[in-house]
Amino acid sequence: MNSSAIEGRKLPAWNLAARVPFAGRNWLDRAMQRAVLPLVGILAFLLLWSAAASNINTSLGQFPGPAAVWEQFGALYQEHRQTRAKAVAFYQRQKIRNAERVAADSDYQPKIRAFTGRETFIDQILTSLVTVLSGFLLAAAAAIPLGIASGLSRALHSAINPIVQLFKPVSPLAWLPLVTMVVSALYTSSDPLLAKSFLNSMITVTLCCLWPMLINTAVGVASIDSDLVNVSRVLRLSPLRHVRKIVLPASIPAIFTGMRLSLGVAWMVLIAAEMLAQSPGLGKFVWDEFQNGSSDSLARIMAAVIVIGTIGFALDRAMLALQKLISWDRDSVTH
Amino acid sequence: MALACGPVPSIAADLGYPEKEELTFGFIKLTDMAPIAIAYEKGFFEDEGLYVTIQAQANWKVLLDGVIDGRLDGAHMLAGQPLAATMGYGTHADIITPFSMDLNGNGITVSNEIWQQMKKNIPTAANGKPRHPIKADALKPVVDKYRAAGKPFNMGMVFPVSTHNYELRYWLAAGGINPGYYAPAKGDTSGQIQADALLSVTPPPQMPATLEAGTIYGYCVGEPWNQQAVFKGIGVPVVTDYEIWKNNPEKVFGITREFAEKYPNTTIRITRALIRAAIWLDENHNANRPEAVKILSQSNYVGADYEVIANSMTGTFEYEKGDKREVPDFNVFFRHNATYPYYSDAIWYLTQMRRWGQIAEGKSDAWYLALAKKVYRPDIYRAAAKSLIADKLVSADQFPDFKHEDGFRAPQKHFIDGIVYDGHRPNAYIDKFAIGLKSTQTL
Repeated sequence: MNSSAIEGRKLPAWNLAARVPFAGRNWLDRAMQRAVLPLVGILAFLLLWSAAASNINTSLGQFPGPAAVWEQFGALYQEHRQTRAKAVAFYQRQKIRNAERVAADSDYQPKIRAFTGRETFIDQILTSLVTVLSGFLLAAAAAIPLGIASGLSRALHSAINPIVQLFKPVSPLAWLPLVTMVVSALYTSSDPLLAKSFLNSMITVTLCCLWPMLINTAVGVASIDSDLVNVSRVLRLSPLRHVRKIVLPASIPAIFTGMRLSLGVAWMVLIAAEMLAQSPGLGKFVWDEFQNGSSDSLARIMAAVIVIGTIGFALDRAMLALQKLISWDRDSVTH
Repeated sequence: MALACGPVPSIAADLGYPEKEELTFGFIKLTDMAPIAIAYEKGFFEDEGLYVTIQAQANWKVLLDGVIDGRLDGAHMLAGQPLAATMGYGTHADIITPFSMDLNGNGITVSNEIWQQMKKNIPTAANGKPRHPIKADALKPVVDKYRAAGKPFNMGMVFPVSTHNYELRYWLAAGGINPGYYAPAKGDTSGQIQADALLSVTPPPQMPATLEAGTIYGYCVGEPWNQQAVFKGIGVPVVTDYEIWKNNPEKVFGITREFAEKYPNTTIRITRALIRAAIWLDENHNANRPEAVKILSQSNYVGADYEVIANSMTGTFEYEKGDKREVPDFNVFFRHNATYPYYSDAIWYLTQMRRWGQIAEGKSDAWYLALAKKVYRPDIYRAAAKSLIADKLVSADQFPDFKHEDGFRAPQKHFIDGIVYDGHRPNAYIDKFAIGLKSTQTL
């Protein structure tokens, strides 16, 4: 956690480049900054990648360049389509089989069982997204109220601070074995609503989301402008109304800073956790492909890397859009 | 792919519908998981009214734990796993097997550097190529040189109770190299006591990478990981298990005894589907193998390149680059009664566990048979086979003569060191080896 975590207005360090002032302020410059330069950057990167890839020979063949990865995107989509077709056939066969069985055995209650085929790349993307969002929401539901409380009460803050400081630097992956064992021990139902693997990944994500949200929320609440607090006193707002009308709106930027940081970390951790625990999702996809060791494996892993990056970026932007929507002070929302 | 929906065999009356219809099976990415993939893809599971999900597992331990804790209903297992689990070596659990999955299919590969040093000790055949089978005698001077220089000679195998561990040990010991002993009673489960070559565990898919990194100098593993080493030019397969012990039993399909007792119909139906898959894999002189290879090369099954898997699945095996030889029986899924769970197969594994000290104490011949009978369940296989015959899906002559067989193969002679194995007399067999604990010896 760097210092920019504390204040939502600060730019991430790598984004400093975007603030280089342009001499003119005419539309051409703006267009350059908005569209042309990023395109130039991307093109340069692709060329570099292509050139570098053709010079790297691994034991799984040549390192994939952009063309090979693009081709694998196509192949992955094709596989998805084929699997969907298989699923349709699977359900049709099942219908027929159920009908036959009902004809032979009138007491039989037919049930439709879910498709048992492979998880496609797209399924795995969805699995990872659902996992990260559920873990994140669970953490938000716990961390934000606690953060508000500890921001309002010095005593509470002093009480929980040592624990927070102790667990904050722990890599959530260190929790993974413990989480796995605890879930196995406590979550024993014959017909579980949620898969254990999903719970393991989700709880691991939750554990890493808690701290940035908790700390940023507490800091945001504690540093509310004293004028606002005074207004609340003059109006004799009840504690609940004080929180709703004054504290929350004023600390939105800080809360969102924590949430954005959390979500970024959560997405990173999730992929690693899926790899480690072999639970369904993009991380497992990457590991499985590595284990397969086919000549397409590296290109498929690279395709997954690009998707992981794109989703991480999209999640961050989505949080930003959400912040703009909720925040009363539009100007405080920057990059 | 989709089959016309054949009627669920009409034996609901005598066999009954499966009690558990939705099942999850685990496997490790090796070509010998083929019967499970084929039973799924060809609709044999569905014909039995079973809806099976097939999941790759990270390693053999995770897979076994999955079956024990019920996350998996059954799995492709090393033949030693159900025996060791039932015996309580490692995790204790009652695992049974109604179905052997295949014969042969492994190889021993050494790094290019070791091969160069070994090669001069190997006699040359008339065609100028190394004479096969290559014995570990050729490796012994190399190992001795390493030991004299104070360098440990490391080799990899896939699991302490794996076929690969016993095959690698058999081959090394037949060439005068001591692969080391286990002493579980003293808490030593490294298997490196008095060892000339130090064996350790590496997961199969990581074998080539570990060899390339120089962490190990050779390994014993199933396909496609020997052929992969040739393809990538990082190692040379020197011997197949077919040459160490012709037609040796390799993997089994393992389930918990509790599962078999709770779901008898399901168990028989799983076995039926697997038998049909095994027949499909071998029928018409392996005519279906190319299609099987195509299925196995899908990323959700084995996932290696088609060419790599095909190399051994279609009856050839490449040793040194370019030295491709015919090994028509390298992968056997049904011929030679490959799928019948013979007690003698189980007892052979137990003799090797005793030989290397995993079974710490001497045991009577009766003990070996009793344990084999507890784990290997030809009764379930017979029920499945008979119902398939009754359904006219297979013919009776494809199976052992159930009336007259006693669960033992005829004494087997085709070992690399010429020692004959008779499953009726395990202790006498153990005493024949020059390297290894004698039947009553303890460390």
